[in-house]
Amino acid sequence: MKKAIAFKNVKKNYGQLKAVNGITLSIEEGEFFGLLGPNGAGKSTLINMLAGLVRPTSGSISAMGFDVVQDYQNARHSLGIVPQELVFDPFFNLREMLRFQAGYFGKGKSNDVWVDEVIERLDLTAKAFTNMRMLSGGMKRRALIAQALVHRPPVIVLDEPTAGVDVELRQKLWDFIKELNKEGHTIVLTTHYLEEAEALCNRVAMLRAGKVVALDTTTNLLKKFAAKNLKLRLSAKKIFKLPSSIKEIHFSVDDNFYTFELKKITDISKIITALNNSSIEILDMETVDQDLENIFLKLTGNKI
Amino acid sequence: MNNIHNQLIGTWTLLKKELLRFWRVAFQTVAAPVITGILYLLIFSHVLDSRVEVYEGVPYMAFLIPGLIMMSLLQNSFSNSSSSLIQAKVMGNIVFLLLTPLSYIQLFFSFLIASIVRGIFVGFCIYLIATLYVDLPIEHPWIVFLFAIFGGGLMGAFGIIAGVWSDRFDQMAAFGNFVIMPLSMLSGVFYSIHSLPASWQKVSQLNPFFYMIDGFRYGFFGQSDVSPYFSLSIVIIFFIVLSYGTIQMLKSGYKLRG
Repeated sequence: MKKAIAFKNVKKNYGQLKAVNGITLSIEEGEFFGLLGPNGAGKSTLINMLAGLVRPTSGSISAMGFDVVQDYQNARHSLGIVPQELVFDPFFNLREMLRFQAGYFGKGKSNDVWVDEVIERLDLTAKAFTNMRMLSGGMKRRALIAQALVHRPPVIVLDEPTAGVDVELRQKLWDFIKELNKEGHTIVLTTHYLEEAEALCNRVAMLRAGKVVALDTTTNLLKKFAAKNLKLRLSAKKIFKLPSSIKEIHFSVDDNFYTFELKKITDISKIITALNNSSIEILDMETVDQDLENIFLKLTGNKI
Repeated sequence: MNNIHNQLIGTWTLLKKELLRFWRVAFQTVAAPVITGILYLLIFSHVLDSRVEVYEGVPYMAFLIPGLIMMSLLQNSFSNSSSSLIQAKVMGNIVFLLLTPLSYIQLFFSFLIASIVRGIFVGFCIYLIATLYVDLPIEHPWIVFLFAIFGGGLMGAFGIIAGVWSDRFDQMAAFGNFVIMPLSMLSGVFYSIHSLPASWQKVSQLNPFFYMIDGFRYGFFGQSDVSPYFSLSIVIIFFIVLSYGTIQMLKSGYKLRG
């Protein structure tokens, strides 16, 4: 499969600060890829270098095979970038703004039908002739997504698309982005919401301090770090030591809840037997799926 | 993907957007400078018309008009590119341009042509209104045209430099208040430099605005303080130097791309 995006040993320094420190990463055509990381991890710098807003200190980046510095015009034709900030041009209405944006990419009048279709798909038809200033935050967010689509780019990059968006709109945007991916667009998403990456992305890269600390399919990452957790509520009044036979199983304690990280499913019977043998009473139990948040915590020691 | 046809559409789209941008606020960008120019004309001509004759056979009011037209043309050409860029930078929507395949040459020409158009449009409106008060034939239309194009272009390019360099509105205002306004007021709009002491005549000759106004005025009356061809050469040289500087600035991504 062709590479939609390729970062090769990309570095970006701001004085002494290494914002991006040697990232090599490629994203295949048609993927739904997530870039995760805490503030300052280098996600936005990486996206801005891809978009041509920031120039790399060293290394190379390509979009659909076009180098973003040497062949920036073809590279930018391939990319639709949705910026994080809610920016807009106050002089124009939504339809004008989208037509101008398409025009910058060399799209003439024949593209106007597509512009109207994008407006409709994002549920903005009623606001097509409204000045950008008059749109609500959610509408401006959708307008930014529309702007990234007007020139029909094969790769769409969304920088925190659902930041500050209510639950209903978030779900609508998720559905829309999923639809775009189904239609063949490669999607790259940066997000703080792990649940978002877990629900949408086929593959994720986790960044910390300008480096990739994990890169795998979302399923593999979830599998790799733990199949499941076993959460037990144990009798509160008893002060006890855990039996030595289960001490090697990693656990955390929160109030009376003991959460054991299971390496294999047979660990469950091992834990229950050991607790019974030590006369430790189990008051309640449940198994919990591992989520990306825990994985991220393990990998980086940081909360997102 | 990015062929000549696409590039022409891209350049035209940005030019059209820049023209519409000033037209949407024409009250501020056209009507206001036209009224200011006419007020200058009425007040100065009322006070000085019977007392001053700069060129033989040319009433002071008529003498004043080409200078006022050119001064407004230059100031508005500068304002168009500079205000568009500083607003886009401060509001953050400059990103819409930076994400596109538009090259630095396309950006340069779109902003430049829009600046020239606004400058000439404002100047033309002042001319039309002024002709209600005084008969003002144009003796050398081509000279008027060339000075309008190169003068507007020079200030449009300077406006791009100021817009890219400034990070805040007060920095931009400093260009207007401390560079553009003094240079235009001291350029011979209201007088001939022959009426100045010798030393001030020499200082005036260091001011590029003087050549733009003096040459432009020659186009109307066939009379000027220095040769119009010398003035035109100075204006074209300034235009080329500033355009080269602007293009290099845009190419480097200075203050636009991190």
